[in-house]
Amino acid sequence: MSRIAQRFAQLKEQGRKALVTYSVAGDPDAETSLKMLHEMVARGADILEVGVPFSDPMAEGPVIQQAHERALVNRLTLTAVIELVAAFRATDNQTPVLLMGYANPVEHMGYAHFADVASAAGVDALLTVDLPPEEVAPIKAELSRVGMDCILLVAPTTPDARLVKIVKQASGFVYSVSLKGVTGSGHLDSNVVAEQVARIRQHTALPVAVGFGIRDATSARAIAAVADGVVVGSALVAAAAEAGQGGPEAAVAAAGALVAEIRQGIDSLAS
Amino acid sequence: MSASETSGNEPPAQAINYSSVPDQDGHFGTYGGKFVAETLMSALTDLEALYHRLSADPAFCAELDEDLAHYVGRPSPLYEARRLSAQAGGARIFLKREDLNHTGAHKVNNTVGQALLAKHMGKRRVIAETGAGQHGVATATIAARLGLECHVFMGEEDVRRQALNVYRMKLLGATVVPVTSGSRTLKDAMNEAMRDWVTNVDDTFYIIGTVAGPHPYPLLVRDFQSVIGREARAQSLDQTGRLPDALVACVGGGSNAIGLFHPFLQDEDVAMYGVEAAGHGLETGQHAAPLSAGTPGVLHGNRTYLMQDEAGQIIETHSVSAGLDYPGVGPEHSWLKDIGRVNYVAVDDTQALAAFHQLTRVEGIIPALESSHAIAYATELAARMEKEQTIIVNLSGRGDKDMHTVAEIDGIEF
Ligand SMILES: Cc1ncc(COP(=O)(O)O)c(C=O)c1O
Repeated sequence: MSRIAQRFAQLKEQGRKALVTYSVAGDPDAETSLKMLHEMVARGADILEVGVPFSDPMAEGPVIQQAHERALVNRLTLTAVIELVAAFRATDNQTPVLLMGYANPVEHMGYAHFADVASAAGVDALLTVDLPPEEVAPIKAELSRVGMDCILLVAPTTPDARLVKIVKQASGFVYSVSLKGVTGSGHLDSNVVAEQVARIRQHTALPVAVGFGIRDATSARAIAAVADGVVVGSALVAAAAEAGQGGPEAAVAAAGALVAEIRQGIDSLAS
Repeated sequence: MSASETSGNEPPAQAINYSSVPDQDGHFGTYGGKFVAETLMSALTDLEALYHRLSADPAFCAELDEDLAHYVGRPSPLYEARRLSAQAGGARIFLKREDLNHTGAHKVNNTVGQALLAKHMGKRRVIAETGAGQHGVATATIAARLGLECHVFMGEEDVRRQALNVYRMKLLGATVVPVTSGSRTLKDAMNEAMRDWVTNVDDTFYIIGTVAGPHPYPLLVRDFQSVIGREARAQSLDQTGRLPDALVACVGGGSNAIGLFHPFLQDEDVAMYGVEAAGHGLETGQHAAPLSAGTPGVLHGNRTYLMQDEAGQIIETHSVSAGLDYPGVGPEHSWLKDIGRVNYVAVDDTQALAAFHQLTRVEGIIPALESSHAIAYATELAARMEKEQTIIVNLSGRGDKDMHTVAEIDGIEF
């Protein structure tokens, strides 16, 4: 069983929901990133989603765009991201790590080579925002070859017929995009999310995680009530960046504190 | 050349049916496609279906032709530039006068078409990206005419370089949104337009300004711009009694070039030259010539030649002309390059500026800096050709918008 499947199975047994945290690798530098990943796990993250910096992050709002730009100042590119995961694995062999990014850096490295080095480093899955099911087959084949999951998105605009095709190709979990917009948008509607998750569940037994627009314990709790996992990105990136003015330790601490708060919000559901 | 002389298993050139690409999923060979976030996929599918239906609908075609004739001012003349030809000393150079269109460039051929699609889809809001500002102006113009809300995304750097066009767009009632992310030029404006589209996909139509972006944009922009080549082909037959020997057009995203080339692709004796911006020189790395010096990759919804570094990050481009300052290129050009049907060459800033001055002085036509790249190459090419031969150059736009840039370079203050 893959680390991701294992993690969702464990959580299900415990009656808990997954907290997936997003941070951009190398924001503001590789060393801080590594510390932040461990800290987020320590404070309650179940799955780590690691953003691969790209010059043209088209699906991101301003907060995450700026994180990509900060990471690229140090030229933190795909090879370095994979090295970062390898370094993380040196002391954490349990927490699933998923890379999220854009097609071009992966394509440039070569799908087969990427699959080889990423799986060797302990990366569990890949989500490429700009590879919809129509274009994902070649990379998915390489990921399957090395036992990595290929995470696919379902959007509020995805019609049912298409949804069926997407979940058939998905593995690991289904990433349900909560709203029409970029990351960090502020118009989350939990009723709409509930409907969409229900729609997805009609067609798959895979766990469903919801992302975009979840920013605090309250919104995380509301979404966790209807999904198997919540993804928190912009709020964490913003908290770390703001606190980061006072140095990298402060950034790590701020991200950790927000993770703990959101964890509590999610876990308060169970009780 | 007989079939047995062609290399490998490739079919002879005349067997290629150029209207059979893109395929159903928008692929030109390995290029093109739909590389966008899931949220946009259904909007693209809807657009595809609508375009498929309308492009075969005589009423829609008549509506478009009417706009092209009476609003844009088509057909544009095919003008023989005799003094320029004499200076070049070789083939006869003809200019396809897209500079005479309403708003001063070829861009309007496409915006008129896409705005009609928007109208048929019932969208009340249009968005566009722009570099030189020509596409932004053309979009703001048609939005004013149709009463559509219009937002134009423009890199902060281009807002500065093309202040006149920014003012024109504002006069036309558009909101110009300066983009401050990334390199603050056309590619970033396109990122921002995509972000707006993903957010407002229900009521917004994205009018892409060139033959790039996800399928079906490269297809429909090609179709709307092909009026250039269809006219030029008929005009050439009419005015010279034969087809031209060569076609020359500048290539930013590639829309004016594909518009001229496409109706001639089947004519194997017509040579074609797409002219990219060599900026400070290809060897300096500071240019905007992905076909001449780039490698394939994925950006802005399609697979195509790109300017990128060894890690697959898109790199900053440079050209004196804002409209060519783009790290990608329409996917059909990538395919045409690989199959060898079109030659892609590059002209640097200095050569383009010289051609700008030359055409202005000998023909009384002030070309856009983008089009000046094509003029520069055409004069070079003409010199290598015979006197009876003919070249058609796409004069994609007029140079009014570039007065400031050229004056600044020439050290003149207003
Ligand atoms: C006059 C003119 N020519 C050419 C271009 C380049 O675009 P394309 O390659 O799509 O024709 C532009 C773009 O702004 C332009 O304004």
